[in-house]
Amino acid sequence: MNSNAPPSPGRRVEAVVVGASAGGIEALLVLLHGIAPPWRLPVVVVLHLPEGHQSHLAEIFAERLHIPVHEAADKMPLAPGSLYFAPPGYHLSIERDRCFSLSCEPPVRFSRPSIDVLMASAADACGPALAGFLLTGANDDGAEGLYRIHQAGGITAVQDPKEAQIPTMPQAAIARHSPDHVLALRELRALLLQLESAHAH
Amino acid sequence: MNRNSASLPLASPLSNTEIELRLLMEAIYLRYSYDFRDYTVASQKRRVLHALAQLGLPSISALQEKVLRDPLLFGRLLEYLTIPVSEMFRDPTYFLALRRHVVPILQTYASIKVWVAGCSTGEEVFSLAILLREEGLLSRTQIYATDINPASLEKARQGIFPIESIRGYTANYQRAGGRSSFSDYYTAAYDAARFDPALCADVIFADHSLATDSVFAETQLVSCRNVLIYFNRELQDRALGLFHESLCHRGFLGLGAKESIDFSSYSERFDTHSQPERIYRKAT
Repeated sequence: MNSNAPPSPGRRVEAVVVGASAGGIEALLVLLHGIAPPWRLPVVVVLHLPEGHQSHLAEIFAERLHIPVHEAADKMPLAPGSLYFAPPGYHLSIERDRCFSLSCEPPVRFSRPSIDVLMASAADACGPALAGFLLTGANDDGAEGLYRIHQAGGITAVQDPKEAQIPTMPQAAIARHSPDHVLALRELRALLLQLESAHAH
Repeated sequence: MNRNSASLPLASPLSNTEIELRLLMEAIYLRYSYDFRDYTVASQKRRVLHALAQLGLPSISALQEKVLRDPLLFGRLLEYLTIPVSEMFRDPTYFLALRRHVVPILQTYASIKVWVAGCSTGEEVFSLAILLREEGLLSRTQIYATDINPASLEKARQGIFPIESIRGYTANYQRAGGRSSFSDYYTAAYDAARFDPALCADVIFADHSLATDSVFAETQLVSCRNVLIYFNRELQDRALGLFHESLCHRGFLGLGAKESIDFSSYSERFDTHSQPERIYRKAT
């Protein structure tokens, strides 16, 4: 399914998966700023957080956005127009029936949840109908996952390392393969809006 | 085209890996009666690919060929297929909720039966035994600790855990409302901590599969954490059915912090007893 030409952002995708680590909350607030109904595209986020604590990400983003925001739960179906966060301490996967599954496998690249795990499973489940975004972070989680999305024919986009608060994560992804898009946050946001509008039609 | 993504048909045909994975699970079931066919695929695939790398095999099909003919290799694969990752007093608020909200009701029974389903290497069993002893209930409690993996059950029976884990366990124990000093419960020797065998004097460790076996006792409490997440919805329903059948009138079911019966067909048959800790009670 490898294609030489970058997939067109106008192509229809069914879901977007996003990975971020250090500096990720601020970056996500810019990326997702102002999204509101009739937003239909499901967005699933892994943001690294310390284990063993309740995550307040869903509340933080629910206050600022006008779409449903959930902490992803086991066997929860991916609903149109919702934003999901991986719960701390569990890997989050997407299954072929477009439901989430959780797992307690050991950390991957020192991370649980791992961005690689979410992205690789989503690539298996959605094939070319998936877009993956990788933002700021201080490790290399997500590079392999984004590559798996690329191999499955999906769209890959990373935050421009020059702009990222911590450039390590986007740099690792760029070293692993040539992402379709390397963009500043507000351009990534424009790409997300384009994907949504293609999804809705 | 304005299709709802939640009701979309499968995006793409099965990949070769997924086909091989299904065939492997079918072969294991036919040959060894271990039923992994209704496990969620994403995690199962990662574990099998990890096993391939560790066993130095080129493909899942090659693994299948060997597994069919070599029970010893199957034993090794079982270690990868089941996830023996646990810790004592994992999610301390769960144990705190048991102590505060379930123990007072258990105290009203003359004798108590507890089923730890999918007990893996025993961390959960020892944690519960410690809690029940501190609450004065252990002497009248029978614990059934079950798992499908005989190697895990054997480790659980021994009650020996790596010493480097103890610091984390101790912190969990304290956050779980522990009433004593955690070191009262184990003897440290070299690189291991051996837990007081008296804690498990009344524990029955038994082979039991939530996928193929049936109910074996009437219980007041079933604790089954971080097990159902590896099952697909059908198998989750089967397991919840076993728990429901096993529980006495108004018996308790404890699930993992992020597990829920909301997406199962048993959601109406349990009441929520302790919400964030996912402790349910059999509905009347």
